[in-house]
Amino acid sequence: MSTTRYSAFAVAREATRYHSGWGRAWRSPAPKSHYDVIVVGAGGHGLATAYYLGRTFGMRNVAVIEKGWLGGGNTGRNTTIIRSNYLQDPSAAIYEKARGLYEDLSQELNMNVMFSPRGVMMLAQTEHAVRGYLRTAQANALQGIATEFIGPDRVKQLCPIMNIEGPRYPVLGALWQPRGGTARHDAVAWGYARGCSAMGIDILQQCEVTAIRQKAGQVTGIETTKGAITCGKLAIVVAGHSGVLADMAGFRLPVESVALQALVSEPIKPCMDVVVMANTVHGYMSQSDKGEMVIGGGADGFNNYTQRGSFQHIEETVRALIETFPMISRLKMLRQWGGIVDMTGDRSPIISKTPLGGCFINCGWGTGGFKAIPGSGWAMAQMVARGDPGPLAAPFGLDRFAQGRFIDESVAAGVAH
Amino acid sequence: MLILTCPYCGVAADETELAPGGQAHLTRQGPGADSAAFEAYLFHRKNPKGVHFERWRHAHGCGKWFHAARDTVTLQVFGTYPAQSLTPPDTILKAIAATYPGFEWEGEA
Ligand SMILES: Cc1cc2nc3c(=O)[nH]c(=O)nc-3n(C[C@H](O)[C@H](O)[C@H](O)COP(=O)(O)OP(=O)(O)OC[C@H]3O[C@@H](n4cnc5c(N)ncnc54)[C@H](O)[C@@H]3O)c2cc1C
Ligand SMILES: [Zn+2]
Repeated sequence: MSTTRYSAFAVAREATRYHSGWGRAWRSPAPKSHYDVIVVGAGGHGLATAYYLGRTFGMRNVAVIEKGWLGGGNTGRNTTIIRSNYLQDPSAAIYEKARGLYEDLSQELNMNVMFSPRGVMMLAQTEHAVRGYLRTAQANALQGIATEFIGPDRVKQLCPIMNIEGPRYPVLGALWQPRGGTARHDAVAWGYARGCSAMGIDILQQCEVTAIRQKAGQVTGIETTKGAITCGKLAIVVAGHSGVLADMAGFRLPVESVALQALVSEPIKPCMDVVVMANTVHGYMSQSDKGEMVIGGGADGFNNYTQRGSFQHIEETVRALIETFPMISRLKMLRQWGGIVDMTGDRSPIISKTPLGGCFINCGWGTGGFKAIPGSGWAMAQMVARGDPGPLAAPFGLDRFAQGRFIDESVAAGVAH
Repeated sequence: MLILTCPYCGVAADETELAPGGQAHLTRQGPGADSAAFEAYLFHRKNPKGVHFERWRHAHGCGKWFHAARDTVTLQVFGTYPAQSLTPPDTILKAIAATYPGFEWEGEA
């Protein structure tokens, strides 16, 4: 199957023949009996891993295996905030790598991922937050990431619908990243899937991995609902289900799964052209191209695989946002949903070799991994291809917990994002 | 909303009244433990999709810590019991076996 190139010309051509010529964006092949690399999980991170394995590291006998439909996990459930204004150097490096790749991802994938660097502001609403963000702004300056601490007047100018005067927590300033923003989550998954398929990489959907086979401490293959498949290397990229796959592989992770939810309002006229995160009061909001207000907040505190989330968090989030944006108080909420996010103690991800030989894992992105998809996929592909992590991935190894070498981002990311 | 009955004061408490405390029945490692055991105690969690034994605190009530057995997929609660228990009581294990025939407690982590 050849892949149709998307362009203005193609749209015009298809308009003259009732759009009959688009074809499928990716193949749906039957599983082969062996792959050099099997990636488990066709979310953004798994698909990007496979894409860069093929594209940058020349490995094409690769399969991505997905129990549901591709992009149906957290990748298709997130609120799409992209930023790289993290405090610690290893985080800044990988998130900025990702943000940079997002800048021209639409051209790279020949798929409009609608990357919109409209600017992200994280509000400081306590003296403590002001000091924290001033510190982050300094760190970002050293890391070469363009951010600045702005005062309340500038905040109001950038986002006029915001109430900066309270009632509980007046806005004292914000950490502003002008090249942060949003992108279309489905298109990111679809774009990578299409790119993988065009390179001959197989995407096997509706195929659940049920067991991991090993011999003498080395991975040899997997069992799935479509039969057994052997592999040279295995990459586990399943977010909320990391504990389940680790259990199959025979090790435990410093990860716990909890539900995180989001909601969107009825569509309204454009009223907000930046992303605002109000971490003190626990809520964040942006406006989608369709006009819906996209809203997120806190995660559940207890282990949970329900993809639903507790009502109290909706209440807490909405309360926080009505304080911050009084004009939304009359809006109706149209949809609410949840995803299962994989939380680590230091709120940083894991990109690592595992106790099982030939088996690699990428997880722990928790509430904030959409923004990282291109960078994480790239770093994971490099590690899987070489067998050892490169400079971007190395700090995120599982060994950091035993060594007490945490990459503490729990302050920078006080709220789910 | 998740509702757990505090085994101390008997109140059927909404989750807003409770504070979750993570996996229960961890073997506490102290001085003299080897590094791998200490790492596992501090960081490694079972994180099961299914039956989970966990710690909760009746934070906005009597303040006591207690244990609960709960299904992380269906949110079914199999029961709660005092935090002083080294193993889940038989009544709890029977309640779990009624939903998951043949279920066996794996022992402390
Ligand atoms: C409500 C919400 C809001 C969020 N907002 C943001 C945000 O604004 N910005 C941001 O950067 N991040 C955000 N995130 C986090 C972000 O969505 C995730 O970190 C990211 O999408 C993780 O991608 P992934 O590819 O690792 O996982 P997923 O997209 O979840 O993909 C994992 C895949 O593995 C599959 N799988 C699981 N088990 C098996 C098995 N046994 N066999 C085969 N396949 C299996 C699943 O079906 C799934 O498709 C949010 C998350 C949620 C839930
Ligand atoms: Zn009580």
